[in-house]
Amino acid sequence: MNSSNSGNVGIVIVSHSPKIAEGAADMVRQMVGSAVPLAWTGGDIDGGLGTNVAGILEAIETAWSPAGVAVLVDLGGAETNSEMAVEMLPEDRRARVVVCNAPVVEGAVIAATESSGGSPLAAVKRSAEEFYA
Amino acid sequence: MSLDRVAREKLVRALADSVIQHADELTSLDQAIGDGDHGLNMKRGFEAVLATLPGLADKSLPEMLKAIGMTLVMKVGGASGPLVGTFFMELGKALPEQSIRADLVAATAKAIDAVKARGRSEAGQKTLLDVLVPVQVVLAGGGDAKAIAAEAAQAADRTTPMLAIRGRASFLGERSIGHMDPGSRSASLLIGAAVKVLEFEASS
Repeated sequence: MNSSNSGNVGIVIVSHSPKIAEGAADMVRQMVGSAVPLAWTGGDIDGGLGTNVAGILEAIETAWSPAGVAVLVDLGGAETNSEMAVEMLPEDRRARVVVCNAPVVEGAVIAATESSGGSPLAAVKRSAEEFYA
Repeated sequence: MSLDRVAREKLVRALADSVIQHADELTSLDQAIGDGDHGLNMKRGFEAVLATLPGLADKSLPEMLKAIGMTLVMKVGGASGPLVGTFFMELGKALPEQSIRADLVAATAKAIDAVKARGRSEAGQKTLLDVLVPVQVVLAGGGDAKAIAAEAAQAADRTTPMLAIRGRASFLGERSIGHMDPGSRSASLLIGAAVKVLEFEASS
């Protein structure tokens, strides 16, 4: 988990593997810098491979920005759990969190790059999704 | 369908036991076409539900179902946590405090719609919906406990020859054919356990 205080769109990385999530976050920090709120989560609640809603909610909180948060996910359950987490957010935050349909590592770097320039949430999501589409 | 506290606790224990006792079977089904964690995940979720007893059974039936759903969402993980958890949560939201069978018919229909939306799926794609949907039809048609449980078991069996279109098994394409869907199996176990406690009589 790491974050930064800025008005830019936050980025959350969700992988079944905590190592992948952390590694992708490291890449974002190195390539994009610290102008973007960033958090990662991975693993099930017992520490095995998987994803969990509580961890995703916590990551969204860590990376929260008034401009919103873009969530990058890997496979299946990561997406379902992320969507569930978004629905469990307070109503005023729900509309400002989006799950991107993009590869988790590349998408995170591209989304963070877009965010670091001050782009709004919709543009951040579009960049991540279009790059490999 | 007014369940007193004793019946509510009995229902929770029956639901949990049905999954916990078959955890190994669910895992081996999931090892064939998924990532092999379904039994463990569901067991962890329902053990967490059991840990909220006896307080859980003090709640009204709708509140109890919502609480079970929330625990499953938070503890099961995988894609099953949100799917099964959503079913329980929406069922609780849709049921009135004092419910009759018609309320359950309407509430299960709503809960199934919520599962479809959550998984962006429909029946016929080798998921738990292939059990939930036909079982709801039998419930709506007035079937008794035995008919509902039988449909649940048969519906799970019918997923064996299906091609997976949603979920992890869809990565396997045609290799998913010939294996029962683990999520359908756990749904049928839960339904079988529930109707045994609720002792549905046939209605016209």
